[in-house]
This record gives sequence, C-alpha cells and structure tokens, in this order.
Amino acid sequence: MFELSNLLVYFSLFISVFFEVFLLLTFLEHRTTIQSHQKMNPNSFPTATIVVPCFNEEASIFGTIESLLALDYPKDKLKIMIVDDGSTDNSWNLIQKYKDNPVIELYKKENGGKHTALNFAISHSQSEILGCLDADSFVAPNALKKIVWHFEDPTVMSVVPSIKVFEPKNVFQKIQKVQYEWGIFMRKTLSFLNALYVTPGPFSFFRREVFEKIGPYRQAHNTEDCEMALRMQRNHLKITNCHDAYIYTVSPSKFKALYRQQLRWVYGTLKNIIDYRDLLMKKEYGNLGFLVLPVVFISAVSALIVTILFLARASIHLEQFFVNLRNINFNFGWPEFSFDWFYIKTDFHLIVGLAAFMIVISIILIGKKLAGEKLHSATDLIYFFIIYPFIAPIWLFKAFYNVLTDKKTVWR
Amino acid sequence: MEIKNDWKKYVIAFLITVIIFATAIFLTNYLNGKRMDNVRVIQDKIAIDIMSSETQYSLLSESSCKDVGKTTLSDELNSLGQKLTFQENSLAADNQELALLKTYYSLLQIKDYLLVKKVAEKCNRKNVFILYFYKNDCQDCNEQGFVLTHLREKYPDLRVYSFDAGLNTPALQTLVSMFEIKAPFPVIVINEKTYPGLMDENNIIKILPTWLTATSTKATSTSSKN
Repeated sequence: MFELSNLLVYFSLFISVFFEVFLLLTFLEHRTTIQSHQKMNPNSFPTATIVVPCFNEEASIFGTIESLLALDYPKDKLKIMIVDDGSTDNSWNLIQKYKDNPVIELYKKENGGKHTALNFAISHSQSEILGCLDADSFVAPNALKKIVWHFEDPTVMSVVPSIKVFEPKNVFQKIQKVQYEWGIFMRKTLSFLNALYVTPGPFSFFRREVFEKIGPYRQAHNTEDCEMALRMQRNHLKITNCHDAYIYTVSPSKFKALYRQQLRWVYGTLKNIIDYRDLLMKKEYGNLGFLVLPVVFISAVSALIVTILFLARASIHLEQFFVNLRNINFNFGWPEFSFDWFYIKTDFHLIVGLAAFMIVISIILIGKKLAGEKLHSATDLIYFFIIYPFIAPIWLFKAFYNVLTDKKTVWR
Repeated sequence: MEIKNDWKKYVIAFLITVIIFATAIFLTNYLNGKRMDNVRVIQDKIAIDIMSSETQYSLLSESSCKDVGKTTLSDELNSLGQKLTFQENSLAADNQELALLKTYYSLLQIKDYLLVKKVAEKCNRKNVFILYFYKNDCQDCNEQGFVLTHLREKYPDLRVYSFDAGLNTPALQTLVSMFEIKAPFPVIVINEKTYPGLMDENNIIKILPTWLTATSTKATSTSSKN
C-alpha cells in the first residue's frame, strides 16, 4: 500500500512538472509575439453587442454599465443589451435610467438561467461580434479595441480577455488574485497551443457565425463558458487570447461564496470534459486532446489522492505524537534546537517538489507581468501558498463527490 | 483550421523533466552518502575514544579511580544513535551499508556498556543501565524509543543503549540470549533485569533506583535557582 501510494505521488509529480515545463517552453517560444501584439491597433471596427445578463444585481449593475459606456469604441458600432433574467430585487427599476440611452437596450424575461439570457440577446442582435459581461465585472476603456484587433485574423472565431480581481482586500480575495494571475498566464499559453477550453463569462467575444454554426449556449452544468469553448474546439473554431484586454471582476470575499463558485467551476469543468471525452487522445484535436484536457483531469484526480494520502499520514503522525506525549505524562520541555545539516530533509520528492514550486512561482510572476502588475509585496503569494493548498481540496472533494453521485451545483 | 502537435516540444519537455528527476535522485543519493560519511567519522572517533578508555582501564590497577574521568561518551553515542535512526527512517529497510553501520554502532555500545560497568564496580560508582531491544517493524518500539529519549534527557546519569534485535551479530546475539530477549518487542533490561513489552514513563520510574530520580529533581531545582 505504501509503495503504491509512493508510486502515485511520483506519477503525479512527473505529470505536473512535465506540464509546467511544457507550458513554460511554449511561453518562451512565443514571447516575441506577445510584445509585438501589445502595440497593435485595429484598422476597422466591427459592430459589437455586449450582453449584460442581470439577475438581482442591484449592488453592482451601475458600475458594470458605466464601465461599458466608458469604452473607447465608436458608439455607432456599439450596442449594450441588458437582459434582466427575472430579477426579484430592484435591478429592473434601477436600470430604467438608461432607457433613453441610444447605445443601451433593456430587456426583461422570465428567469431561466444565465445561458437563456445570453441566448435571448444573441437572437435579438445583428452585430458582427458578440460578447458578454457579467454584472459583477468592469472593463478597462481600451479592452474592446484590443480585442477587436485579433478579429482582423479571419480564422479567429473567439477572443478571450485577461481577468483580474477588482481591488482585492481580504485573504480570500488575495488568494484569488494569484489564482487569476495564474489564469492569465494559462490563457495566453493555451492560446498559443490552440487549446483554450474556457471562453470566460466576462467579456469573451464571438463572431456571430459561431452561434449560427454550432448553436446557442447550453446550460452545461452551470459552466456554459467551458462548454461553449469545448464545442468550438470540437468544430475546429479558433479561440485566441488578448492578454492586455483587462476585465476586473469582484471576487467573493467570504469563504462560503468562494466555495460555491470554485465548486461550480471544478464540477462544471470535470463534467464538461466527461461530456466531451471524444476529444481526448485524438490527433485532430492536437494539444487540447493529447495534453491539456487529460492533464486537467489527471491533476484534479491526483490532487485528490495526494490530499487523501497527506491527511492519512498526518493523522497517523498526530496520533503517534499524542500517544508519545501520553506515555511521558505530557511532561515535556521544548526540544533543544541545534542546527545540524544532517537533519535537513532531502527526500527525493521534496527536491522535485521544490523544483515544481520554483516553476509555479515563475509562472505566477509571468502572469503578474502579463496582467500589468508590479510586485509590490508578496503577501498575496504567501497567502496563496499557505492557505490555498488547504482550502482547495474542500471543493475538489465535493466536486468529485457530486460528479460521482450526479449531484448538480448551484450558481450561488 | 491548422492543428499541429508540437512533438519536438513534447520531447524537450519530457527530457527536461527527466533531468529534473535525475538531478533529484542524484542529490538525494549524494546527500545520503555524505550523511553516511558523517556517521562513519563519528563512529571511528568513538571507537578511538573507547579504545583509549579501555587502555585507561587496563592501567587502572596502577592508578587511582580519580584519574578515570567520568566518560562523556554516552552523549556522543546518543547523538550517533539519533543520526542512525534518522537514516533508518529515510532509507530503504534493506540498505546494506546502514545495516553495517548499525552493527558497528551496536558493538560500540556493548563495549561502552562493559567498560562503564567495570569502572563503576571497581571505583564504586553508581550507574543505572537500560538496554533497549527493538525491531524495525514494531509500532510500540517507536513509542518506547520516545519514552526512553525523554527519560535520558530527564536523568542524565541514566545510560540507555539501544539495539536492533534483528541484527545478526554474534556479540549482540549473545546479549540477546543472556537476557532472554524474545517477542513481544520492545524489550528493555533495567540493571540486568528483563521487562518485555511497552513501558511508559511511570512504569519505568517505579523500577529506577530512588537515588537517580531524587538526584535529578535536586539537580533541576538547583539549576533553576541559578
């Protein structure tokens, strides 16, 4: 049993180090492209519709709409469609103040979930490109211009932006800040590999023909953005990333909300990968089918196993520690600390773990650079490395439990 | 749409990963080798010290007990024992070199035990000896080891020697048959009397002579006054 568990740990370590090295190599290979893309401006402006699905968002809807109105984009080419998905709060009344704004269209429909609000807007729009912005997010004024430049490549069917945490204040938000910066690196690198598997809710844009070809959004385990990306990949529709189009999102500040959000993401991703398993290990789906999707699935499983092993070993040690103390009547002094290099642990997996850790740090630092962030302090990194490994398994366990028992997750 | 597989990059990433793993294996082995060297150096030093004490003892008849210093070898043996235990935990159970070092360590302990006992008899010094026999695959032995380490720190005059009863060395096996050491392990021998099975602190203290336990309390209170 011990040997088998060690073998599993080595296997997981190998896969994750390999994947990280592969991503870093890909990034380095394309780093000159990134610099040249940053200076580009679009030559023409396609007509664009931005859908804001809104369900009980009275607290943040104004910020979202105002940030869209401040977009640096020709107003005659821009349409903002706010779709109230049957809100029960005061959202609908509040947004009435925009009813005379020529750029804004207001719609109200019965509650049916985010994907129905999106599809409602898609069916009412004639624009060349369509995007969505959740009512808890804001955009940088130049975001749409940056995105539109990528559509000048006629093969590009969807462009996904970089998402940052809006003013992270508490521990949970700072942890997510690092998680999002990691995501910024991932999205850029996966776009070079043509292996993006999520077109995130906030401000991903699509050519209208995408929906004409492959149909509207689906409920997709409450992660319609992952399903849409996988469906596009299945149909060989190219998704690319515009890393300097910045979107700011208000991230959960309480554990419970964070738990629900992460659970929905992990569960949805796992379920969608299972639904799209026909993409796995097929040559025609390239890096996505051969590497990215299998690794995403395997790392979730191995993170789960490693956590179980860790907890099992930790509980054995704790029990042993307690028994030992009981045997000496809990009458112990603090051990004397004298430094001796002899006792520094240099196990094989600690050394490999350290190497993996260094690569992760480099990835996050690159993510920060892509996000246009400067490293003022390392508190967010410290929080991330100390707290995240202990809280992430909580939603990971629940996500697997839900996948195995076919239990559905909720939005909030 | 063009879909390409970056096979070259897959191979390079694989090779880099293999290099990282190989470096880790090399470093682990190198540092373990360094540790073994360290253990060997300490053992050699202890061997010389014991030989010197033995020579001193042989000369005893010609000199007085005052000249025989109270050996501090016990501390060095203990720290060596701790290092061996650390290696025992991090290396494979069937490591030949470790087994050899442990055998050497056992012999050094037996020699120290015999020498200190002889000096004690000749010079009328009081000593308490605990011989502790363990086996590698025994859960209670870890607990017993912890209790004995604690007692040794509490009573510095207590001399604890630990032996892996699984080692096949004639001198050690003689000790095993002399004190009728047999399962269940751990087995401890306090002043030549054998006690099988795990014993906690209270049970051991009951057996220890009162002069030892009383001295320790006195010593502690004196030192705390200072």
